[in-house]
Amino acid sequence: MESEELQGIIDHYAGEKGALISVLQDLQGVCNYLPEPALRQVSDALHVPLSQVYSVASFYNAFSLKPRGRHHICVCLGTACHVRGAPRVLQEMERQLGIRAGDTTEDMNFTLESVNCVGACALGPVVVADGGYSGQMTARKVSPLLKTLGTSHEENQNDS
Amino acid sequence: MRTIWYEETLIAMIRIEIDGQAVDVERDTTILQAARQLAIDIPALCHHAAVKPYSACRICTVEVIRRGRSQLTASCSYPIREEIQVLTNSERVIHARRVLMELLLAQCPESKDIRDLAHRLGVENTRFRTRGEGSNCILCGLCVRVCRDVIGVSAISFVNRGWKREVKTPFDAPSEVCIACRACAHVCPTGAIQAEDISGNRMLSFWQTSRELQACASCGRPFAPGAEVQHLTRGRDDLRESLGICPQCRRTETGGRLERWTTSAQSRAIKDHGTP
Ligand code: SF4
Ligand code: FES
Ligand code: FES
Repeated sequence: MESEELQGIIDHYAGEKGALISVLQDLQGVCNYLPEPALRQVSDALHVPLSQVYSVASFYNAFSLKPRGRHHICVCLGTACHVRGAPRVLQEMERQLGIRAGDTTEDMNFTLESVNCVGACALGPVVVADGGYSGQMTARKVSPLLKTLGTSHEENQNDS
Repeated sequence: MRTIWYEETLIAMIRIEIDGQAVDVERDTTILQAARQLAIDIPALCHHAAVKPYSACRICTVEVIRRGRSQLTASCSYPIREEIQVLTNSERVIHARRVLMELLLAQCPESKDIRDLAHRLGVENTRFRTRGEGSNCILCGLCVRVCRDVIGVSAISFVNRGWKREVKTPFDAPSEVCIACRACAHVCPTGAIQAEDISGNRMLSFWQTSRELQACASCGRPFAPGAEVQHLTRGRDDLRESLGICPQCRRTETGGRLERWTTSAQSRAIKDHGTP
């Protein structure tokens, strides 16, 4: 992201209390992660110490300090999902993607993460893929889900 | 609530009782402060008079009896607003503190300060799984708060969340803004942060940061980080000279000035009155 574009985001929230989180959210939305130079710029522009910016950026799950893949998969490991077999779903995800939770595939296609409860316990085990919720997940449903994500990505690429 | 008005000051005082001893305190005094007025010792790890209470360690737990109900609470952040009774050494308190101490012991079994405090509270071992190699940090946040609120530098902060929470510099890299004043090392209750002056530099290995020591303008011995002197003299030209020399030279100089002053006063007295 160009620094002017980031300055635009910052100006948009300038003067607001709690502007920091809003700016970081937008930045995460545009870049898919929070690059270090951008965090430095935010710190300077908002007059918030860099340590404070880094503290917030590393606290929330919604923020990532490492580049995330084009597709973001979140497996819920909260209590309800856990007892209904979420660990097996995660294991299968890890196996098929060849990465561990928290990592991104080498082709930058998928980032796999786990969370503790997304608030849809009745549907558990839940997987949130690119913002879409899939309930009652099983290890067998992993492959079709990845395929849909994969094709939608290819479609996007053909579009552009 | 019984309120006693002190005429000279017109401050409402609240009478409370700690371990059976009565004491009158101003509204919003904390229990910990009131206890210290009575010289009653309550262990405290994350508390420091220089910064606001944070209540992270809970080792200062006491039993408060308020309107006939008893509760365990952290004394360092409990503001006194009505008549209460406090027990700092009841069975409940001792039990709670010992469990907390075991948890702290599991977190940093290598810290001498923590082991000493545990020993004082009658805890020698912990039932919890101890953390292996690692720092002695108990995440009390004193270093972060002092650096931000007292020194005004904010070189460090809490990072990550949950069991990954740590105190760190941004990006876990050597700090760009630290002035190596070692206030963090001074307040750390577990000795996790150490500062060392070696070959003209002050090293704070916990923060992977070092700063060059500035030479004393008088004797030439390196004595304080240049960054710290600069920070202290920002906008204070009047301080620049006196903070540019080491404490020892400053003392010698003050002594010299005092001597000159007394001798000149003496000679003036001799001139005026004929005798000293
Ligand atoms: S390093 Fe020391 S002062 Fe800082 S949070 Fe840890 S225990 Fe507290
Ligand atoms: S535990 Fe998975 S949604 Fe609540
Ligand atoms: S000293 Fe009160 S909670 Fe730490």
